[in-house]
Amino acid sequence: MRQGEGMITVERLTRKYGSFTAVDDISFVCQPGRVTGFLGPNGAGKTTTMRVMVGLTPPTSGQVTIGGHHYHDIPNPGRHVGVLLDASAQHAGRTGREILELGARTMGLPASRVDEMLELVSLTPTEAKRRLRNYSLGMKQRLGIAHALLGDPSVLILDEPANGLDPAGIRWMRGLLKGYAERGGTVLLSSHLLHEVEQIADEMILIGHGRIVAQGDKKSLLAGAASGAASFVTALDNEALTKALEAKGIGVSAAGEGLRVETETVEIGRTALESGIVLTDLRAADGGLEDLFLELTSQTQREAVAS
Amino acid sequence: MSMNSTVAPGLGHALDISGTSPTPFSRLVRTELRKTWDTRAGLWLLIATAALTGVVMVIQLAVVVAQDLTVSYNDFLTSTNFSIALLLPVIGILLLTSEWSQRTAMVTFSLEPRRPLVILAKLVVGIGLAVAAVAIALVLATICNALYGLLSDFPVVWDLSVLQTLAFVLMQIIGMLTGFAFAALLLNSPAAIVLYMVYSFVLPGIFGLGAALIGWFEDLQPWIDFSDAQTPLIDASMSGEDWAHFAVSGVIWLVIPLAIGVLRVLRAEVK
Amino acid sequence: MTAATLDVSGTTATPFQRLVRVELRKSYDTRAGFWLLATIGLLVLAAEVIAVSVTAAQDEPMSFGDFVGTAAFLTSFLLPVLGIMLVTTEWSQRSAMVTFSLEPRRPLVIAAKALVGVLLTLATVVFSIVVGFVANLAYGLFQGDTDWTFGWPDFFAFLITQVLAMLGGFALAALLLNTAAAIVVFFVYKWVLPGLLALGGALMGWFETLRPWIDFQSSQAAIWDWSTSGEEWAQLVVSAIVWLVVPLTIGIWRVLRAEVK
Repeated sequence: MRQGEGMITVERLTRKYGSFTAVDDISFVCQPGRVTGFLGPNGAGKTTTMRVMVGLTPPTSGQVTIGGHHYHDIPNPGRHVGVLLDASAQHAGRTGREILELGARTMGLPASRVDEMLELVSLTPTEAKRRLRNYSLGMKQRLGIAHALLGDPSVLILDEPANGLDPAGIRWMRGLLKGYAERGGTVLLSSHLLHEVEQIADEMILIGHGRIVAQGDKKSLLAGAASGAASFVTALDNEALTKALEAKGIGVSAAGEGLRVETETVEIGRTALESGIVLTDLRAADGGLEDLFLELTSQTQREAVAS
Repeated sequence: MSMNSTVAPGLGHALDISGTSPTPFSRLVRTELRKTWDTRAGLWLLIATAALTGVVMVIQLAVVVAQDLTVSYNDFLTSTNFSIALLLPVIGILLLTSEWSQRTAMVTFSLEPRRPLVILAKLVVGIGLAVAAVAIALVLATICNALYGLLSDFPVVWDLSVLQTLAFVLMQIIGMLTGFAFAALLLNSPAAIVLYMVYSFVLPGIFGLGAALIGWFEDLQPWIDFSDAQTPLIDASMSGEDWAHFAVSGVIWLVIPLAIGVLRVLRAEVK
Repeated sequence: MTAATLDVSGTTATPFQRLVRVELRKSYDTRAGFWLLATIGLLVLAAEVIAVSVTAAQDEPMSFGDFVGTAAFLTSFLLPVLGIMLVTTEWSQRSAMVTFSLEPRRPLVIAAKALVGVLLTLATVVFSIVVGFVANLAYGLFQGDTDWTFGWPDFFAFLITQVLAMLGGFALAALLLNTAAAIVVFFVYKWVLPGLLALGGALMGWFETLRPWIDFQSSQAAIWDWSTSGEEWAQLVVSAIVWLVVPLTIGIWRVLRAEVK
């Protein structure tokens, strides 16, 4: 990676708990103007890494800097770095509005900022008056995102922000973060769901068992994957297409109403044109990335891939 | 709609529960017992109770031997007022309130919706722990008194009757239950602990002061002062009137809070 | 390409007084916090009403100082609970994660909390004195004569001992970071330990000479008496180190190093 141009720079970070190594010598950067997805299965070390970033967990070795500073040295950090680590980690007896109010006061922001944020995350005044213990997971998450955005920061660190959001909420958040990055902001968000991250992230960092197993944008990750591409296709005459493809020695199997073909889309299109078959649907299967993700983060494959 | 179709929608799929027996009470008790020590906080509370009991007795032994004082078996046992009597009620409180503060009540009451049984299981566990604590105290007191016989020039006095032991057990169970009742009433650990501490340390003094100042209050006090009513239990010298005092003040401090509290737990929306 | 940087030159550090204001707000913006403060106030009121009616009915001589003392007795065990809750709720409710993300200079957060404890203690003291004043007036109405014995020395002694009581709870809370444990230990320290120390002193000569140096509560008598004995003040300082400074230091050291979860 191109070290040194990142807004968030993680350098050789290690965190051990006794004999257990939660984060094992990882380095990566997050660039301004881009959404970086931090992807890995449960317990891979994503949260620990993010906690070290904001100084809640001391690292065993290595360091993290944000915009050239250690988090501890950033004055009034809420104005520069928006953090959401655990939306439930708030006093259950406070109202949603009060939680934002406390944040705004700590950062020295006008009270109007609270209303702006509540509106931004679509929490109604009635909902904002309810106590956190009566919030659904999705409402807590919206409140957490509002809290992270309160100080109009230029860096966002969000741990599993889509957790508990409904499909509309996830789409809303995707648009919000894309727009934020387009205006020059730096976004790091973690997830254990590939589909969630690949639609929003410009850059992906895959972590498994405390080590980074792959990083890059979606294309370069896929190019690096050893397994060949696959596509889904549906034709007016599936049987004829199957015959034509098999004649070329390409593997075909039935998948729902269509076919799964072990080749790239361009090859299928060519075959269809040659045989005069009308296609109604043709797209690349994302299985390549999914398989890659599972393969990279599984226990047995870890050492081989990481080296 | 055909009646012989086994999966016809709209006919209502009955859950076959004929083969499932309800959760036996003994299993609930075992689970609740396990919950008392499977967290760090719970384990340390139990260890602290036992350790404090031992430490207080050892200090007592060291002091009386060094100072040539005469003590009896009963004196060693009474010193548990500084350990067991103090911490058992806290165990009783946390038994209930931790389910609320940690929100595990949601799981507990979904696995066993018959809430009275869960509360009863917790009570049984509390009483069991109280009995176990007394057993430990009796063993420690025996050891200390035996050592006292070896180390001092005075004769060893084994002055404990079955009746006194039972009274001692009863007192500890009452202490635990009082904590439990306050916890059920308030469903909040700090509030329940503060209330219990005020009840056991501050209130007797205020009652005493009131009785000293006001004539009619002096007549009333025995009927409402539950700690005072338990004093004759220590040497098992309860008279008929003592039992009446015990019963009336017990209703005020134990039965009423427990009844209101249990009602509250049964009706509460668990969040 | 150059490294992306955060320009923090235009940002001033969070001023301490803002932290104090936020912590003050946190002490009453939850139902639990609000009721703790309300309970302190209501108990003081109730106690004074009872004190006036009982003493007036029984012809007991009372002074302004006695009424304030009644309030002091009550607040001396609820203020420490307040001190405890200021610290431990952040941990039990896990809001420390947010608090320390917004202000990573943890010593300042702790100092702000301690200051809030002191401010609330001051408010309680003022409230107690006002209520005591009214109680003494009422007593005068019933009895015909009033005794206004309560000087500045008493006032300051009241103030200092209440602040020390609150800080005692605060220190234990910082040490244990657990509400239940801190409250139990505090009540043991406040109500059980003095008796044990006195008993030990009565039994053993050497312990009797040691006792004044470790019994923080009895050594506070020096404040009420405005003692002229240097030794008594020395005893106050030493016992304060044992019960306030040591737990507070270990506790703060623990909070500073703690992984906030």
